[in-house]
Amino acid sequence: MDAASVHARLKDRFAEKILSFQSEALQPWVVIAPDAIAEVAAFAKSEPELAFDNLLCLSAVDYPKEDPPRMEVVYHLFSYEHRHVFVLKVHLPREGAHVPTVERTWAVANWHEREAYDLFGMVFDGHSDLRRILLPDDWIGHPLRKDWVDPDFYNGMHVKPTQQMAERSMAGEKIGVGPFDITPPNRHVEE
Amino acid sequence: MDLVFNLLPEALPHWARVGLAGVVCAVILVTLMALGPIAYVYVETKIAGFMQDRIGPKRVGPHGLLQTIADAVKLMFKEAIYPAGADKKLFILAPCLVVVGAFLSFVVLPFGSRLQAADLNVGLFYVVAVSSISTVGLIMAGWASNNKYALFGAMRSAAQIVSYEIPAVMVLLTVVTLVGSLSLQDIVWAQHGGLSRWFLFRYFPLMPVAFVIFFTAGLAECNRAPFDIPEAESELVAGFHTEYSGFFFAMFFLAEYTEMFVISVVASVLFLGGWMAPHPLLQQVGPIGLGPLWLIAKAWSLVFVMMWLRWTLPRLRVDQLMYVAWKVLLPISMVLVVAVGGLALWPPTANGFPWDRWAGWILTPLLFAYLAYMIVAARRWSARRTREMAA
Amino acid sequence: MSTDLQGGYGWRVDEIDTDEMILNMGPQHPSTHGVLRIELRTDGEVVRAARPHIGYLHRCFEKHAESVDYPGVIPYTDRMDYVASMGNSLGYALAVEKLMGIEVGPYVQTIRVIMAELQRIASHCIAVGTYGMDIGAFTPFLHLLRDREKILDLFEWTCGARLLYNYNWVGGVSHDVPEGFVKACRQFLREFDAITYPEMIDLLIKNKIFIKRTAGIGICSPELAVSYDLTGPNLRGSGPPRDLRRDEPYIGYENYEFEVVVGEGKFGPRGSCFDRNWVRALEMKESAKILHQAVDRLEKMERADVHEKVPKRVKPAKGEVYARSEAPRGQLGYYIVADGTGINPYRVKVKSPCFTAMSIFHVLAKGMYIADIIALIGSLDVVLGEIDR
Repeated sequence: MDAASVHARLKDRFAEKILSFQSEALQPWVVIAPDAIAEVAAFAKSEPELAFDNLLCLSAVDYPKEDPPRMEVVYHLFSYEHRHVFVLKVHLPREGAHVPTVERTWAVANWHEREAYDLFGMVFDGHSDLRRILLPDDWIGHPLRKDWVDPDFYNGMHVKPTQQMAERSMAGEKIGVGPFDITPPNRHVEE
Repeated sequence: MDLVFNLLPEALPHWARVGLAGVVCAVILVTLMALGPIAYVYVETKIAGFMQDRIGPKRVGPHGLLQTIADAVKLMFKEAIYPAGADKKLFILAPCLVVVGAFLSFVVLPFGSRLQAADLNVGLFYVVAVSSISTVGLIMAGWASNNKYALFGAMRSAAQIVSYEIPAVMVLLTVVTLVGSLSLQDIVWAQHGGLSRWFLFRYFPLMPVAFVIFFTAGLAECNRAPFDIPEAESELVAGFHTEYSGFFFAMFFLAEYTEMFVISVVASVLFLGGWMAPHPLLQQVGPIGLGPLWLIAKAWSLVFVMMWLRWTLPRLRVDQLMYVAWKVLLPISMVLVVAVGGLALWPPTANGFPWDRWAGWILTPLLFAYLAYMIVAARRWSARRTREMAA
Repeated sequence: MSTDLQGGYGWRVDEIDTDEMILNMGPQHPSTHGVLRIELRTDGEVVRAARPHIGYLHRCFEKHAESVDYPGVIPYTDRMDYVASMGNSLGYALAVEKLMGIEVGPYVQTIRVIMAELQRIASHCIAVGTYGMDIGAFTPFLHLLRDREKILDLFEWTCGARLLYNYNWVGGVSHDVPEGFVKACRQFLREFDAITYPEMIDLLIKNKIFIKRTAGIGICSPELAVSYDLTGPNLRGSGPPRDLRRDEPYIGYENYEFEVVVGEGKFGPRGSCFDRNWVRALEMKESAKILHQAVDRLEKMERADVHEKVPKRVKPAKGEVYARSEAPRGQLGYYIVADGTGINPYRVKVKSPCFTAMSIFHVLAKGMYIADIIALIGSLDVVLGEIDR
């Protein structure tokens, strides 16, 4: 099935939840309302003509400069039976984003959603085990966002070297953290 | 020991002669035992290298001969680390027990007709009993390390050694039935008369099976591959000796190679004729008996086979190992005990099957011919490959 | 959210029975194929639950990709699956070429196929060899590594690097194959067919102990595999003959004849650890077949300029693409978003096959012995560089 037909099937079933359809792109996509993604996913998998039994990739992208600023979760779907690819997108606000999980439909989404949460900060409702996956468990902040600034310290270790540190280290001093250094708390600068 | 006793001057009081004889024997044995692993480690690394298409150690000394000495020196100078929370007394005692268990067996090994530290009339029983001391040492090592991996290794090791002792001892019983005595010297004398009288070829299909069972169970006793799960490097890092460093590790190593040698010597004594030569003519060169040389040759070839197996086969999982011990080796060994015992008691076969006399003399040359053929074929193939690659 | 960390362990204290032990197969372990931490809840030797913790090798690839230009991302892609670098850079180059609409010529395509298949053999050498080593057979590992050295020599001859090549560029490859490459490649294939492959099959794959250790564990049904997005040999070991080189051919794979190897369940249920390893071992033979054909084709072609289609400045128009390729470990996917204004990518997301393979681990690990856990990780053939990026 080509992208237009897939879009037509989805539109038939979920009329107002399908927000838009971008057909001119290299790989056409459909934008879905965030609260409906779980049902759309289940329908896409179970419907025999669509049969999207494989979630190829679940990515999150941050668009702060768009109008309105948003984060997207992009679902690339594939069907082993019909050999077609399709793309679903969900637009989320940049702060406090919540989106239902598609873990029940495609089990692989478990780890993909954990990674998206870890690096971007969107919360997947209904996820069985939403915790950080790539970054340490006590990391503060979500680094892959476009406005990320490296913190100065993490658990007492310098994250970014300062100019002063560079000069002192070139002068031969040993730069590092000893047991008696005072460690400021982790700061995440948001602006 | 009698030899040394008799060599000492009559003038000394009896207790001094006995004591001195004991000390001299102990010193000789300990020297031999301590020097042995040096050779074994070198040979093992070289054999491993050749089997893996590489050379092995070659830099330290000519052809890498001093490598083990370098390793030993390094291990002695290494810091002995005691893990936090480890039970220190047990931690230190454990390797001592393991080494003692391996070394004590040397007392009864017969290297010649009179070259034996003590010809106990329960020699075989003594060997089996004493090698179990190592098991206690292994468990202690695992527990005292305060490390879950070590504990795993120790538990597995205990289960393995205890399970494999049973078929091993059963098979020893078959030999004892044929000899009527537990003394190792008597067992060797019972195989007097050349290759065909060796117990390996008695009751022809039965005793070779017994030998294979004993050798397999012996491999498991030494924690050697394919039964080396207690020290499985890829699973448990190093099993029960994970936390040991420096000299303690060297002691475990020493004990393992010594145990290998002991098992090989016991297997040679029981099945391969001990210090007897294949033909009585080869037994002596003039007044000098070649007994020790024959025994060491046999034992070393079995050690080589053990090393060969280690570098060829993967290791068995713990439940598969137990399965082999209890469901395969044990029933066969029980059947063997009954069969051999019955055949020995029945007058027509009391001295073996009629074809035993030729079994040895046919099979041994065949085996050596096959080995020679494999070696020659491998060399020719590798020469052909080198020629192809140059083309 | 179960984020209670009781002393670093992910399970809460009240979840654990008193006779269970928590064993940590920590980040430093000889057999976890990288820095992987697995927490096991075991009842003696039997595993009740397993929880992998990844992220020890996270090097912020996706963030870096946003601050270098498109060709500059290629060395970063090499470092993800460092055992099979040609596959990574190929996937990225294909994605950007798709975005920009560049079609490379047949000469470059043939070179790419040769490099990709050589890399596949080399990667499977490591996979099968280290798997044997984990099971306890030390020697086949060294034999396979000796033969992998020959492939690395070929790579070094071509592009100067043994492991991380920066070879597949957007629109071409970095270096043309040198004179005599065809002869050397044929020499390698001769040795592979005569020595490496038969030795590996005899010594490792047909070894009874190896079969006993691997053929009954880690059974993964095809539905479970598809649901967890297992791809490549992991999926083919369970049965479905899905291979991107056959289903959606790229760089000219439709011109080559080869079989898609599928797990047959010869010694146990289909989809066991043995089957996945079997697929990898036999795939080496198929790659050799492709290589024979590709090398013949290359010989007949006249040399072309490999930099012909490489754009001076890679600046795609606004758009996004998801491109997949069959890396040795599975299907590697790149999702590239270009915003059309700069020379840096806006977003590069990698779907690495090992990431999804690792996500099935906790399902398959229930009820196994600890020794089998090692066998399971080895059979999934994970490389932590690719999981953590």
